[in-house]
Amino acid sequence: MEKFRYLPDVTTLQLDTEACVGCGMCESVCPHTVFQLKGKKAEIEDLNGCMECGACAQNCPTNAIRVTPGVGCASYIIQTWIKGKQGGACSEVKCC
Amino acid sequence: MGDLIHPKNPCCSGSDCSNSPEVHSRPQPLFVDIPSDEVCCGSAPGPQSSPYEKPGYQLLHFVEGFIDTSVGPVPKVKTQLERTDFLGTIIARLGIGRNQHKIAPGLYGVGNPGQDSPVLVTANYKLSFDALRRELATLDAWVLVIDTRGINVWCAAGKALFSTGEVMRCVDLCMLKKVVRHKQLILPQLGASGVSAHRLKKESGFTALWGPVRANDIQHFIAKKSNADQSMRQVTFSLGERIVLIPVELSHLPKPTMWLLPAIFLLSGVGTNFFSFSDAFHRGIMLLTAYAAGILGGAVAAPALLPWIPARAFALKGMLTGIAAGLAVAAIYYDRIIWAEALALLLVTMAVSSYLAMNFTGATPFTSPSGVEKEMRMAIPLQVAVTLIALVGWVAAAFQ
Repeated sequence: MEKFRYLPDVTTLQLDTEACVGCGMCESVCPHTVFQLKGKKAEIEDLNGCMECGACAQNCPTNAIRVTPGVGCASYIIQTWIKGKQGGACSEVKCC
Repeated sequence: MGDLIHPKNPCCSGSDCSNSPEVHSRPQPLFVDIPSDEVCCGSAPGPQSSPYEKPGYQLLHFVEGFIDTSVGPVPKVKTQLERTDFLGTIIARLGIGRNQHKIAPGLYGVGNPGQDSPVLVTANYKLSFDALRRELATLDAWVLVIDTRGINVWCAAGKALFSTGEVMRCVDLCMLKKVVRHKQLILPQLGASGVSAHRLKKESGFTALWGPVRANDIQHFIAKKSNADQSMRQVTFSLGERIVLIPVELSHLPKPTMWLLPAIFLLSGVGTNFFSFSDAFHRGIMLLTAYAAGILGGAVAAPALLPWIPARAFALKGMLTGIAAGLAVAAIYYDRIIWAEALALLLVTMAVSSYLAMNFTGATPFTSPSGVEKEMRMAIPLQVAVTLIALVGWVAAAFQ
């Protein structure tokens, strides 16, 4: 999504190239083509395109990918500030 | 049956029967056993109930029949949407009863699916189900609807509802292994943040094939032997996709607005005579306009014009649309207000617009939570400060 860029240099995405076995799952599941398989290893092509959805980490068979997935929703974040991490209404299916 | 009055008796067709000698001489039965749907009065009754109807359950309009399988009848659903579906979609998009806009999870089918037909997995949110089935015309396939509590695929994946565990639970409950010979599930790509393909394989034996992001690519995907090209794997956020989210953004506002309304009028009425109802009304309307302009700027203009507004942070984008809207408000009332009031109105519009635009981050497919938190830490104190300054200025202006 070239037209849509968000704040740069904030993502928690990390790829451990050593642990990567080149299965290509991350490339398949990422909704923003952050990863690209180059040869036998995956590489991060567009770090700032990452929205921390967690699909890559969820599907990496060797746990080579780390990211702190979360909800990119202002209302939810405000609620966690006030009520703590468990207090967000997201878990109660009320907001959206 | 000869003793019974035949329904075609002139008596029943309404003509006078008191003079007919035959009627008076024959014994009258306790009831007439009418073997057909012919009637003796009124209009014909509706059709008999379908054998698939069950006590306590209702047959839904999108079910066009049933497929016999070794695990029992499986509903075959229509692949064309109808008016009921479109109306339901509109209501859901307005934010009305969205959590109830769902269908029963379980196994459904389209066309004439058999043991080798593909299995497409989706959420039990009706919009998700509709978006999928409308693309399945001419296909023979199974549709496995998992229980995401009526939430769409991507959000449910984020909430761990569209999860590996739930997919496996559904596969078991529906006894899918008895329905299909193969062990493949086509999952929507946006479910990937909740479902681990390798874990699914290990624990259930089913291979997850990641289908395209958009349902309208599914036929292409299947035709290409379950291969997706790059464009099928990318999420978009077109003007239409953004606009369709605006009603829901607005639907969150009535409740807080109920609390703000009295505050707006009260603050506007404070002045040199302690409190004036006339001022409360006349000045209150102006402050209310600023608030409304903020809503237009932050919840309507910012989402619609998103990629064309400079600045990356949504709070900034909202501030910019807020400036435009706020200047318009000041211009409308320009001959009734002093500079300090014009500035207050502008600031209120900017703050409201900035806050609402910032809230839109949760509805987009590209903002990261880390980024949202970062911009919130900077934006919220500013929004609060600006609002306070504006309101203090608004009240103070009444004393001039």
